[in-house]
Amino acid sequence: MATNTRIILICSGKGGVGKTTLTANLGIALARQGVRTAVLDADFGLRNLDLLLGLENRIVYTAQEVLEESCRLDQALVKHKQEPNLALLPAGNPRMLDWLKPDDMQRIVAMVAEQFDYVLIDCPAGVEDGFKNAVSASKEAIVVTNPEVSAVRDADRVIGLLNTHEIKPVHLVLNRVRPKMIASQEMLSVDDVTDILALPLLGLVLEDEQVIVSTNRGEPLTLTGSNSPAARCYSNIAKRMQGEDIPLIDPAKEGSGMRDKFRRLMQTKIF
Amino acid sequence: MTLRDIINKLLGRQQASASTARERLQLVLAHDRSDLSPELLDQMRQEILEVVAKYVEIDMEEGAVSLETEDRMTALVANLPIKRPLPSLSSSTDD
Ligand SMILES: Nc1ncnc2c1ncn2[C@@H]1O[C@H](COP(=O)(O)OP(=O)(O)O)[C@@H](O)[C@H]1O
Ligand SMILES: [Mg+2]
Repeated sequence: MATNTRIILICSGKGGVGKTTLTANLGIALARQGVRTAVLDADFGLRNLDLLLGLENRIVYTAQEVLEESCRLDQALVKHKQEPNLALLPAGNPRMLDWLKPDDMQRIVAMVAEQFDYVLIDCPAGVEDGFKNAVSASKEAIVVTNPEVSAVRDADRVIGLLNTHEIKPVHLVLNRVRPKMIASQEMLSVDDVTDILALPLLGLVLEDEQVIVSTNRGEPLTLTGSNSPAARCYSNIAKRMQGEDIPLIDPAKEGSGMRDKFRRLMQTKIF
Repeated sequence: MTLRDIINKLLGRQQASASTARERLQLVLAHDRSDLSPELLDQMRQEILEVVAKYVEIDMEEGAVSLETEDRMTALVANLPIKRPLPSLSSSTDD
């Protein structure tokens, strides 16, 4: 087995914060950098990774058949046509949840890890069995959250569980950041969230309508070479994962008009 | 507190919601992380006050025992203003 394969769980606790979108975009971005990347849909109940990658019509076998030994791993892996360095291992039938155990998850991830440099695991929401199975097979984790109280609280819970499972390192991605709302102090700032969760920030992703456009098409933003705000954020994150030193976008410093300057003045901490 | 918070306060306006979010999160996470229910915390607070009251006269009204959390470390913080040592205790040490 390729011992230095990075096996990274992408999790959040709360649903709908952007795990699957991040997994798809990072998968493509890493593959474009020339590293062999597998994305694994561990959200067996509500699988979507195939759809976001535009691979839903090319699935023949899934993780289920591989585990049942009714097909080989390479028959189940769906290679991306435009980015052949990327492959998807689709989730099986939701009924898999009835019998899937941490052992099964570890077995299938170990098989995938043999052939790839990165394995990104798209984790289901919640902290129950689906999460525990996925954690048991992971080495590192990225916790995705939004600058909202419920998402941050759930992220905190997940971070505690990752610590007890000795997953490390654990990094944070703050998704759906709206610079204008932060400037008018109607949204938790990037510092607020990193202070509260006490995790190193791997990156932030700006709120961006193009995310929806790209999911409509099944073409992640990082695939089309888009220059939209979220696209830049996703590819910066992928570069940081590869060890490049890319400075963070400072949402407070976005914009340089009088208005933005005034907003910044109002944000000055007095005590 | 930011400049905006101060102006809002002067004008009697509600504070910007990000500060409220921050404060509420800090409080709820202190409880989540320590896994202490409000009832248990209250009971503990009561017992701590009783123990301390054996040694010094404290201001029961002003006294506060609360949970605070920073850098994923949760601390039990007691702030108990002391009025004066109990007379019975100080005289006994003189003997
Ligand atoms: N940066 C973003 N800007 C705008 N919309 C986003 C962003 N990230 C995610 N979304 C949207 O949020 C929704 C939930 O995203 P998804 O990746 O499915 O979350 P999860 O996998 O955590 O449940 C989707 O409709 C997605 O298009
Ligand atoms: Mg998802």
